[in-house]
Amino acid sequence: MLRTTPFHSRIAPLNLAQNWRRWSGYLAASAYEFHHNREYWAIRNSAAMIDVSPLYKYGIEGPDAERLLDRVVTRDVTKCELHQVFYTPWCDDDGKVMDDGTLTRLADDSFRLTSAEPNLRWLQDNALGMNVGIRDISDDLAALALQGPNARRILHDAADGAADDLRFFRLTKGEIGGVPVEITRTGYTGDLGYEIWTDPANAEALWDGLMEAGDKHRILPAGMLALDVARVEAGLILISVDYVPAHQAVIEGRKSSPFELGLGWTVKLGGNWFVGRDALIAEKERGPEWEFRGLDVSWDSLEALYGEVGLPPQLPSEGWRTSVPVYSGNTQVGYATSGCWSPLLKKYIALAHIQSQYAGIGTNLRVEVTVEHYRKKAAARVVETQFFNPERKRSNPSVADEVPA
Amino acid sequence: MSVSYDTVVIGAGHNGLVTAAYLARAGHKVLVLEQRDVVGGAASTEEVFPGFKVDTGAHRLGGLSSTVVNDLGLARHGLELIDSEATAFVPVLGGTPLTLWRDPRKTAEAIREISATDADAWVPFTELIGKAASFLEAAWTSTPPDVTGNDLGDLFATAKLGLKLRRLGKRDMVEVMRILPMSVYELLGEWFESDLVKGAIAASAVTGLCQGPMAGGTVYTLLHHHVGAGAGVIRPTRRVRGGVGRLADALVTACKQAGAEVRTGASVESILVEGDTAVGVLVDRAEIRAQRVVSSADPRRTFFELMEPSEMTPEFARKMGNIRYRGVCAKVHLALSGLPDFTCQPGAGDHLKGVISISPSLEYVERAFDAAKYGRISQRPYLEASIPSLSDASVAPDGKHLMSILFQYAPYSLRDGAWDDAASAKLGDLAVETLAEYAPNLASLIEARHVLTPLDLKRDFGLAEGNIYHGEMTLDQLLFMRPVPGASRYRAPVKGLYLCGAGTHPGGGVTGVPGFNAAREILKD
Repeated sequence: MLRTTPFHSRIAPLNLAQNWRRWSGYLAASAYEFHHNREYWAIRNSAAMIDVSPLYKYGIEGPDAERLLDRVVTRDVTKCELHQVFYTPWCDDDGKVMDDGTLTRLADDSFRLTSAEPNLRWLQDNALGMNVGIRDISDDLAALALQGPNARRILHDAADGAADDLRFFRLTKGEIGGVPVEITRTGYTGDLGYEIWTDPANAEALWDGLMEAGDKHRILPAGMLALDVARVEAGLILISVDYVPAHQAVIEGRKSSPFELGLGWTVKLGGNWFVGRDALIAEKERGPEWEFRGLDVSWDSLEALYGEVGLPPQLPSEGWRTSVPVYSGNTQVGYATSGCWSPLLKKYIALAHIQSQYAGIGTNLRVEVTVEHYRKKAAARVVETQFFNPERKRSNPSVADEVPA
Repeated sequence: MSVSYDTVVIGAGHNGLVTAAYLARAGHKVLVLEQRDVVGGAASTEEVFPGFKVDTGAHRLGGLSSTVVNDLGLARHGLELIDSEATAFVPVLGGTPLTLWRDPRKTAEAIREISATDADAWVPFTELIGKAASFLEAAWTSTPPDVTGNDLGDLFATAKLGLKLRRLGKRDMVEVMRILPMSVYELLGEWFESDLVKGAIAASAVTGLCQGPMAGGTVYTLLHHHVGAGAGVIRPTRRVRGGVGRLADALVTACKQAGAEVRTGASVESILVEGDTAVGVLVDRAEIRAQRVVSSADPRRTFFELMEPSEMTPEFARKMGNIRYRGVCAKVHLALSGLPDFTCQPGAGDHLKGVISISPSLEYVERAFDAAKYGRISQRPYLEASIPSLSDASVAPDGKHLMSILFQYAPYSLRDGAWDDAASAKLGDLAVETLAEYAPNLASLIEARHVLTPLDLKRDFGLAEGNIYHGEMTLDQLLFMRPVPGASRYRAPVKGLYLCGAGTHPGGGVTGVPGFNAAREILKD
């Protein structure tokens, strides 16, 4: 029996398509309309609200809270300031990624960690002998993502300006719809956006408050299908799709290090010891076997391949999550794990694991496409993973100066 | 001013001393640190009553390695072993008791009074046990393979072991492989009909186990206790003249002759780790630096009490934390004014020179275990009593006798109450009352009594949960899985830190083999 999120009374009537999926044991909307197109464009052109309550969340408190997290995650948690948020993966002893999420310092000795998979036991194992309390607060916290270029203005109206000056990956507190909330400038769309956290009892008031303030800013609820396209455009990895969590991998070859997932920037080898550090030092020295890259599939090539059978290029209408071979010439040198047609960029894009020697930016490779039941190879260029990375994601103009989108 | 050593060994138990002696002979500058004032650890002899030399821990040897004895010249340093002709006397409340003898033919004749079928089965049975134990013996002195890696040397060692097994002949090989994981109950059911014969053998399969003879894998422990026993010997009872602690004394002499230093009353507070390397120990808040640290303490004490858990990786810590200890043994020591007289076989015959085993049937032992399963002390316990003064007058004053009783099952974790003085006294009473059913004059002979509860075993000897073997000797905690898979080669995951105690392969009992194997591995690095 799937559980419903604290926003269910609001999202259920809006889900015209009755298009649901399972997310960590919760019912989550795949799309509210029969096609996710409008929801996607809301993320990119106005604002979208995405119920992300099914995330796993942990409250970590006590004198050793910082020490524990610094031991678990690859980033240097001692550098995480009050009300700062870190995106970070964490690894097993062999330096292979187990999960990734965000870590927020709520106080000197108090943090919140979000994750895609359950991590309570792993945290407890790491906390042996430490003076720290670890609580699974997944059910105690409703979470709503407000994403898109109009998000700041909506919050300005809904939260009385509380988040006007909130910087990228920081946290502030405020009130929306008459209930207290925490707002972080984070998200999974690569756009200007926020995630708003509150007690489940306040979820409906929060939803109503945002919908009311967002109405004139063309706010729309959005489901997972729209989010999936947005996150591929942003080059953000998805667990169990773009990588297999280390403790679930049945063979070594399925595991990935942070370096192999484009997360080398999160690995701070200079700080204190953390789980997997020794293996990662060694890997850094010899260089990772794989790189995680973007693939820009050539339109001309697609046109030519489909032209052979008398069709214009047939594009996927949703993001896909299958393993697709990538070739250099006729030799397979990698595999793409996620891809989509980017309606905004007008490009067929994919995220791929490429053997390091073929992963140089600009390298010409070929990616498998199935044209009328036959496997073909379309030309693709290796690019950075962030296909879309707008200035507004990080910038902080004053709300007054902002041009309405 | 701190002195620096090549090697610091934590604990002067027999395994720690064996490792220390071998390393010192190989040229290491070695320091052994013992928290107690006596050496020997859980194989110590102490004068708990004036004039009596009491084996406070182990009261007989396991398959003590003759290689160790010879290499270190222990006989020259005063070690004298005593093998009594009788190995075990199993008294009964009515009918004919049974004595097992070193000579299997003599035992068979003894059994003939009980069951002719069993008498005929006895010699072939001892031959099977002998063959199977000799296979185990080959595995004992080999460093277990690292199942987590692909080291060619390991494969070679494993292949050699396989070859040894193969040399038993195909039929015997299959038989050994078949019986190893069985329960001793099933094995004995295949061989014998007499409850008494089964009880006599089964008891030695469960020593130190929080399991009964009906548990799977107890055949392995039975064989473990028969390694090096000698052809045809069941329930080997080997003692040391003057007390088991004389073995440690001989080892100390060997250590000192090789240049090692042994310090008693020196309690290690922690193992010093810098970065990912052990660099010494802390004693009385003073640092003693060393190239390497070798711990003969059990895994829990080594990794959770002498180190910070955060100095281990979480996966290793989890595995270490999952080791089962569940001690079930207590010791009761009696200073006696004379010999107990057993109703079923009166008088002071040779039969009392082995151990006296209160295990009149296999079911009796299983029921004794039942109590432990529910966190209670067995009301009808399995007892292994030893009267060393019968074959070695030096351990008791003239005309007096000493009795050492291993009491099983007394679970470390009691469901009700705690191991306080009252519980300790009750356990002592229970041991005496149980024996007195068979030897009614016992109570009147007692001049003094000394009890070590499982909690005392922890406090006095540092044994986690009072487990006499540094971790239960169950199939999942043996061989390459001892103490845990991936760490069975005496090296801890911290550089420069090694294990050499009974918590490592091949496990518990006074054998010296873990210490011997550890020294060999340390010298390889």
